[in-house]
This record gives sequence, structure tokens and C-alpha cells, in this order.
Amino acid sequence: MPVIAPPPLPSEDKRWKIVNGTMRKNGFARHALIETLHTVQSSFGYLDDDSIRFVALSLHVPLSQAYGVATFYHYFTLKPPGKHTLTVCAGTACYIKGADKLIAAAEKHLCIKQGQTTPDGQVSLMVARCVGACSRAPVALCDGEVAGEVNEKQMLEQLERWKAE
Amino acid sequence: MTIEELEQIAKNVKQENEKYDYEINVCMDLACASQGADKLKDALVKAAEAGAKKVLVRRTGCMGPCSHGPLVRVDTRVDPDERLYRRVNASHAEAIVKSLGGVPVPELQCNLNEHFDKQVRVVLENAGYIDPERIDDYIARDGYKALLTVLTEMTPSGVVHRITESGLRGRGGGGYPTGLKWGTVAKAAGDVKYVVCNGDEGDPGAFMDRSVMEGDPHRVIEGMAIAAYAVGASKGFIYVRAEYPVAVARLTTALREARRHGLLGNNICNTPFNFDVEIRLGAGAFVCGEETALIASIEGRRGTPKPRPPYPASSGLWGKPTLINNVETYANIAPIVRNGGKWFFNMGSERSKGTKVFALTGKIANTGLVEVPMGIKLREIIEEIGGGVPDGHTFKAVQTGGPSGGCIPADMLDVGVSYDALLKMGSIMGSGGMIVMDDTSCMVNVARFFIEFCMTESCGKCIPCRAGTAQMFTLLTRICDGSGTMDDLALLEDLCSTVKETSLCGLGQTAPNPVLSTLKYFRNEYIEHIVHKRCPAGVCNMQAAVEVMA
Repeated sequence: MPVIAPPPLPSEDKRWKIVNGTMRKNGFARHALIETLHTVQSSFGYLDDDSIRFVALSLHVPLSQAYGVATFYHYFTLKPPGKHTLTVCAGTACYIKGADKLIAAAEKHLCIKQGQTTPDGQVSLMVARCVGACSRAPVALCDGEVAGEVNEKQMLEQLERWKAE
Repeated sequence: MTIEELEQIAKNVKQENEKYDYEINVCMDLACASQGADKLKDALVKAAEAGAKKVLVRRTGCMGPCSHGPLVRVDTRVDPDERLYRRVNASHAEAIVKSLGGVPVPELQCNLNEHFDKQVRVVLENAGYIDPERIDDYIARDGYKALLTVLTEMTPSGVVHRITESGLRGRGGGGYPTGLKWGTVAKAAGDVKYVVCNGDEGDPGAFMDRSVMEGDPHRVIEGMAIAAYAVGASKGFIYVRAEYPVAVARLTTALREARRHGLLGNNICNTPFNFDVEIRLGAGAFVCGEETALIASIEGRRGTPKPRPPYPASSGLWGKPTLINNVETYANIAPIVRNGGKWFFNMGSERSKGTKVFALTGKIANTGLVEVPMGIKLREIIEEIGGGVPDGHTFKAVQTGGPSGGCIPADMLDVGVSYDALLKMGSIMGSGGMIVMDDTSCMVNVARFFIEFCMTESCGKCIPCRAGTAQMFTLLTRICDGSGTMDDLALLEDLCSTVKETSLCGLGQTAPNPVLSTLKYFRNEYIEHIVHKRCPAGVCNMQAAVEVMA
């Protein structure tokens, strides 16, 4: 079997070395695809065409399969996130305690839909399936920080602070 | 590592702890951490250092009643009574340290005797008592004793026999007898076998597995190692949701510590047994809780299920025999090995043995984690342990089993909790989420919520699930906005049975359960929406109905 040389790193950016490190740790095995995409997303914030292409070539995975995986799993995003991210949990316990109203209020306040980023790139509004803090429902994550028993006023104040930055 | 060395570590920890007169345990699980438990711990450490008393401040996993958090428990060497403090913040630190040996701080006292008295802790026996990042703490509470006993004194078939004898059934939801599963994998032909831990707790409203992985990670690893010995595997995978970063970090630390102590790796305890574990991250797909989809995901592919047979027990990960159990199932293994199968068999109800951890949430006074013997009445869990529905509202239903489960009404609360009883009521045990709803929840809306969830989580491989859930969602939306008709209801019921009977995997087969159970017990609410264009709970916005009338 001919040995295919690994593709060159897409750019000088040091983060590609981290991505390459994950693949090397897994012996460039095909099953490392999801692990590697996780590394790309944690390093760059999202997955774009270049990164998916690079990972697919490096792991000898068909492009269609790599794209398929990137789009199948909700955790992966193909769009760059805003400077700040508000994630409202929409698990059952949060829903029972009014998470849908929080989402609607945030959408109205930011003039965007869930899953979108404000045009100025300042705030992204995301909805999580469940973050596992159900006993403190409704729960929201402000830039990854878990806040429990969130009320609408608190949430909108946080959004205002982010907008003003 | 030998048993003697293990006992030496336990002895050292005890000696170290005896240097202190008081132990202040701070719950730092997600719920308490979100209310400032980390600042509280720093303040307590500072206050303890400033005082003259010998105080050990320890971070622990979930203590249970999260709605009262941040929680602090004070243990005293001389006084057997534990003091539990509720809603503690950093400003209380000095008062707590000052009160040691004297009168407890009155405004923080927490009386939850009724909450704790009915519970039996097996899986959660260490929760709130150990620092999850210190393997020595776990060893001091009999940790890894079961593994070393198994390796030095028992045959693999002896282990399978003990688990079979205990009557343990899978805690992930299906309730398949664990001993039987282990026996099948043990008998399967092949040199290479795998052990997989399903930590993809996708069920919204459930967080038991997160709590166990974060609060007592070594217990899961020990259970997996014992399983590997029993079935003849030398490699294990823990599949964890990416949404649980703390669990991933704790498990990574725990694995490193276990390797360092020679409890994972080659020739464990000077026996020929080799075993190591790798963590695999999920990426947010509910369907990956299904075992064949989980295998596809570990192999780096889209998480789509495969028809069974072949079952993973004969052909699983990379085509090799694979044992897949849930986090809580593995967490039960070490105590069963230590205390014997009979001990476990004697707990619980006739066909559901042992205890079950439930995540109690929703409209209930004491939300949090509870562990109860199987067979306990739902009413006892909700009214006594959970403290009932707060704010003067009345109880309407309890939802168990997540999107695959159903809603159980008030008049069925005297049924004992078991796999079979819940199934009979149109729900399932599931992984253990228990969401209480009061008169402000609309059951049609709740059914719509779950169907929307299943619709977005359907992997798209088989048509009944992919198209059926979407159609059911459309029909339920029509009923919720007031434009539904009785024909829609008939069609909905018809679709329920089609999707249930013809879907490929568990996700589709159980997706109609929330609709079927609400139709069974709350049919009048559907009728109110359709005929009278009225939502009894006042949740649904009957916009379409208003437009029609105008």
C-alpha cells in the first residue's frame, strides 16, 4: 500500500500544531476524527472548510465522511461564534421552569434567532440540550460559566453589559 | 499494588485525618458551584487557617439536596452528629469556623431528616465524603479493594456468577440483567474484547451519571476493571458527553492516578491481568446513548444505530465482542463484589433489585439527587423525600425516563418504583430523571416539547422516526395553537403506534411514549385544546383560534 504523505499544515498558526498533536497521539487513526474535530473547535472556536479538509486528508477519511460527522453532531459549529456566548439550557427541567420564555426574551432583545450571532459579532445566542444542572433550573451559561435560577432581568442585564463593551 | 499496600494507604489517610478535630466538607458539584461554592471554599480555608482549631476543609462531590445549596457539612471527631448547613456563602465562613465545638450557626441550619432518612446509599455512598481528585480518599473508603480481591481470589466466571446472583439490572434504562450480559460477552469467542462505559447522559433533566463521574470517578473505573476481568477484556472506553467538561477532567485525573498506583496498566496487582481505559468525547447527539450508535461514535463516525442482532456482545466495537454498561451500573459493581450478591439481592422489590439514583427536579421543594431502594412508592419520593410541590400549587404529574418515558398522574403515585411497574404505567425507568410538574404545566405542551426533542435528535436513518416525529410535531403544534381538530388527534394516535412499532432503534420506538402517556392520563386536556380552544394551564397561546373566530 502506498504511503500517502500527510498534508502540510494549512498555515503558520501555532494552533494547527495542537490539532496535529491530537492526531499524532491517536496514530493518525480514522477513529480519531471526532477527537480531532473537538481539538479544532476548542482551538479555533469553530470548524471551517479548511480545517475539515486538513483533518480529513491527514486521517485518510473521505471528505464526505468528515463533513458528515461535523454536521451530524450538535456540538460542532461551522460558524464563528461571537465575542460572548449566552447559552440557555432547554432541558426538560429548565423548560418546565420557563426556559422558553428566557429564550424568547433573549431573541427579542438581541434581534436574532437562537443559533445566531448579532451582526456586530458581539453576542451569540445558543440553546443547550441539557447541561446537567437541572436542580437549579432554569440554567444559562454566560461564556461557559454556569448560572442557576436565572431570571429574565438578570439575563437581559448581562446582555446589556456585553453589548456595551 | 497489593491488598496490603492498599490497606497501608487507607491507614495513612486515616492517620492524616485524625490530626484534625473538625472536617468541613464543601459540596462543589455543578449546582453548588454555580452559586459560588468555590469562593466559599477559599473563604473557609482562609478562616480555618486564621483560627486556632485544627480544621480540614475538603471539596466533595454532590451531597444531594441541591436546591438548598451551596451546602456545607461539618464532621467532628468527638461528636458523631453531622451538621449540615444550607445556602452558605463566603461571608458565613468565619461564623462557621468560630462555631466549631460550640452551638451551630442558627440561620444556616438545615433540617432535612425526612429527606435523608428514606434514602439508602450504595452508588452515592462516597458522595459528599471524598475529594474526587484524591485517589487516597477513595481507597480509604474501601476503594479498589473489590478489584484486588477479584484479581487475587476469584475466577472470571465467579465474578459473573456474583453479579448474576445480585439480580442487578442495567441502570441505563432498559433494565437488561447485567449478569446475563456479562456472561454473554465472557462466552463470546475472540481474543480481543472491549468494555465500554456509557456516560452519554443525553436524557434532559437527568444528571445522576454526571454526578457520579464528577464526584466519585474511581468507582466507575473500578467497576469497569472488574467487568474487564470478568469478560476477558484488556481495553476500555468511557464515552462522556462533551457538555460535561468537569466530568472529563475528573475522569482524566482519576485515570492518571489509577495508572500511577498500578491499578490500571499491565500486570495489575502482580497478576497477568492488563487493563487500561481511554476517554472518548461525545459531541451532542442523544441517539448516541443507543449502544450501536455509541459504538459508531467511538469509531469516529456519525452516530447512527444498526439493526440488532448482531448484538454488541458478539460484534461491537471494531467488530469485537463488547460489553456496554451505563455509569450507574458500573458504580454498583464494587459494592456488590465487596458485600456479596445476596446483600444486593435482598434490597429492592421482587424483580428490581438494589437501589436507584434519581435526579429529582422541576416543581418540587427539594431538588437534587436521591438514592432510594427499588420498590419505594413514588409518593414517598415526591412528598417525603422531595418535600412536595412548593408555593401552594398542586401536583399534576411526574415525568420519568426523559423523552423515552411518560407522565404519571397523581392517582398512580402509590405504585412502587420498579422497571416493570413503570413500564406498565406507560413510562420507563430510564436513566433516572424525575421531573415533577404542577398545575401550571400544560401536558399537551409537554408532549410537544418531547416530540420536538426527538424530532431534532432523530439521526435520520429510518423513515418512521425521521418523518413520523416531524409529523407528530406538526400535529401537536396545531393542537397547541388552537387550530387542531379531532381528526388531527386520531391521526396523531395512529402515528404513535406506527412510529413505535416500525422504528429501527430505541429512540424512535420510545419517542411516542410522552404523547401516549399524556393521551392516556390527560386526554381531557387535549380535548379542551381542540374543542374549546382553551389551554387549562394557561400555557398555550391560542393565536390561531383567535384568528379563526375573528
